[in-house]
Amino acid sequence: MTYAFLARAGAASALALSASLALAAPRTDLTMGQQLEPPHLDPTSAAAGAIDAVTYANIFEGLTRFASDGSIIPGLAESWEISDDGLEYTFKLAEGVKFHDGTDFDAEDVKFSLDRARAEDSANAQKGLFEGITEVTVVDPQTVKVTLAAPNGSFLFNMAWGDAVIVAPESIETIKTNPVGTGAFRFENWVQGDSITLVKNPEYWGEPAKLEKVTFKFISDPTAAFAAVMAEDVQAFGAFPAPENLPQFDADPRFKVLVGSTEGETILAINNKLPPFDNVKVREAIAHAVNRQEVIDGAQFGYGTPIGTHFAPHHPDYVDLTGMSDHDPEKAKALLEEAGVSLPIQVKMTLPPPSYARRGGEIIAAALREIGIEPQIENVEWAQWLETTFRGKDFGLTIISHTEPMDIGIYANPDYYFQYDSAEFQGVMDQLNLETDEAKRSELLKQAQEIIAQDYVNAYLFQLPLLTVANAKIEGLWENAPTQAADMTGVYWTE
Amino acid sequence: MLRYTLKRLVSLAVSLAVASVVIFLAIEVLPGDPAAYMLGVNAQEDTLAALREQLGLNMSGWERYSSWILGLLQGDFGTSYTYRTPVADMIAERVKVSLPLAVYALVLSTVIAFPAGIYAASRRGRPGDVAIMGVTQLGVAIPNFWFAMLMVLVFSINLRWFSAGGFPGWDAGVLACLKALTLPAIALALPQASILARVMRSSLLDTLSEDFVRTARAKGLTRAQALRRHALRNALIPVLTIIGLQFSFLLAGAIIIENVFFLPGLGRLIFQSISSRDLVVVESVVMLLVFAVVVVNFAVEIAYALVDPRLRAGR
Repeated sequence: MTYAFLARAGAASALALSASLALAAPRTDLTMGQQLEPPHLDPTSAAAGAIDAVTYANIFEGLTRFASDGSIIPGLAESWEISDDGLEYTFKLAEGVKFHDGTDFDAEDVKFSLDRARAEDSANAQKGLFEGITEVTVVDPQTVKVTLAAPNGSFLFNMAWGDAVIVAPESIETIKTNPVGTGAFRFENWVQGDSITLVKNPEYWGEPAKLEKVTFKFISDPTAAFAAVMAEDVQAFGAFPAPENLPQFDADPRFKVLVGSTEGETILAINNKLPPFDNVKVREAIAHAVNRQEVIDGAQFGYGTPIGTHFAPHHPDYVDLTGMSDHDPEKAKALLEEAGVSLPIQVKMTLPPPSYARRGGEIIAAALREIGIEPQIENVEWAQWLETTFRGKDFGLTIISHTEPMDIGIYANPDYYFQYDSAEFQGVMDQLNLETDEAKRSELLKQAQEIIAQDYVNAYLFQLPLLTVANAKIEGLWENAPTQAADMTGVYWTE
Repeated sequence: MLRYTLKRLVSLAVSLAVASVVIFLAIEVLPGDPAAYMLGVNAQEDTLAALREQLGLNMSGWERYSSWILGLLQGDFGTSYTYRTPVADMIAERVKVSLPLAVYALVLSTVIAFPAGIYAASRRGRPGDVAIMGVTQLGVAIPNFWFAMLMVLVFSINLRWFSAGGFPGWDAGVLACLKALTLPAIALALPQASILARVMRSSLLDTLSEDFVRTARAKGLTRAQALRRHALRNALIPVLTIIGLQFSFLLAGAIIIENVFFLPGLGRLIFQSISSRDLVVVESVVMLLVFAVVVVNFAVEIAYALVDPRLRAGR
């Protein structure tokens, strides 16, 4: 945003601007609130999004990385070449890169990190990202070659994940409490249960950070989060948990509210193997019974983009299929009659802790009762949800936001918790994995979205928004969350 | 006396042993796999198996129980599943917040409750007594988290005298820490002070109607003198019992207040660990709290015996 501003400003006003800046130097420290505290700081051995929220781009970097708009840009690899058969990726690494402990970054570190992630005893939560790799070869200290078993159109995308960052063998033993990366900030200290402090890395190889110090403060309770922002204990709060308070911040000139998008498709998942939900007509009836806007208004206070399939609406390949499942209780009842099921249908509906699930669940349950489906609501904790609903598949309906980027591929796995098994869809996914031509990939992705919408696998609700509250004088925060991150490298105070 | 002490000691050991089994079993039956929680929805079977192996989750329940107990006996609390740091260190960090908070709240509540209770007792039935009884009734009835939020609204958001929560750590200085603990301590102290003041008042009134107080009055002491010199001491025993109970409650039971003020205390550690299925931490912290309560009870029982010779005869 600075660039745009400077470009518009004339030479004289630019001078005046720098003169006024010299008088009152802008602040260089920032306290960022976030709801969850990371369990430890190794993004390569746990799924906890809170780890990436602190470390991604700030402490650790990968070969490629996500920009705020979701595009893939070079990271530690400044350029790459892909062989014609799509099997070999040769990465040219950035020069003069050092880890925070002063050791050099080179191709050996890349090999170490990728080999560690795909090793047999690897504890990487996204081991699937590395599955196609058959070999990582060090060509010279600045060049590394990755060989794949089969062409993989999303390989560069995969390497941008927080789980694929480059770590050093010298510091791997203590990574969980003292993370050593190559990023623009280095880890300073951790007051457990309260905050983590990062300081600027003066020897950063790329564009240096503008802030000298960033403190992440962990405030889990939504009311406490509201109070902390209002009292200006924190100057920004990422993924603000109380959407009902946003209008109040919006009206206050001290603050600004950023409403962006995440990769989270929020769905009412249906157990496709559990009768009578194995009947597509019953699932279609559920889709028509649910009033998306009512859920968005009631559970999210209006924040959230309706979706009609399992795909992020901000993605260029998104197809708007919401019309296939518009709110129509009469049609839903007719469909149930057509399906010949006996009413009422009793079904177990598990709801994990986030408010979109708990509040949304009540609204959806009421809508389903209208058409003769009687959900028995069961509130569960995350650990319980993972064990009984996700792994045990002991559920009829559940509400969940699938926050992984580009995860439509989960529908190709018949063992995935909603147990959708379609040869047609699996065929499309197989083609997609081998396809590297962008136009054809786009076509296949659209086809995939349509298949799951036509099969009414799940009822698609809305894209989870990213709500950020910040001091009005802060610029450069990520508006969208292509991955769970709070990239502080470009953040600065205007005064 | 020795026999009495030994008896109490045996009952202490038995309580601890029973508690350890109950805690372990209660946590065993909780559904939820720590490894699955840590690795999330995209975890592959082989990764899960590798992690379970690393964490020692593959062992049988009996093996895990015995290694936990053997560790505890040697002062080893084990290593947290999710944080991967020694549980003892985590507890030590949290105790640095919870213990000062509990002491702070207890001091506040005593400082408020004693004068209020004594004053009310000495003005029995008069407007001062009625007013204090009314206020303490309110103090018991008001949920402390609501009162806490109200204070945040007034003192943090409007007046900006205090931050809305958080704990700077003792490195930041004693004053900064005391300041951070002030609002939470007041919120915790309010209901405790109310209860304590009421107990103080009724215990004093009971004592005031005893024979020895009447004798003191007959000697020519004023009501106030008799209260201060004779009744107060005797009225303190039930009050001290309540203070003891309140202290163990404050140590572990501040969880809601810790959430409101996002303080990194023991209560929140338990809460977080339960939801992340960090079983080792839950078991060890709960066991520690049980230990604290049992030891306090033990000390109180010994103290009773010291005060009351009838108990020493051995029941």
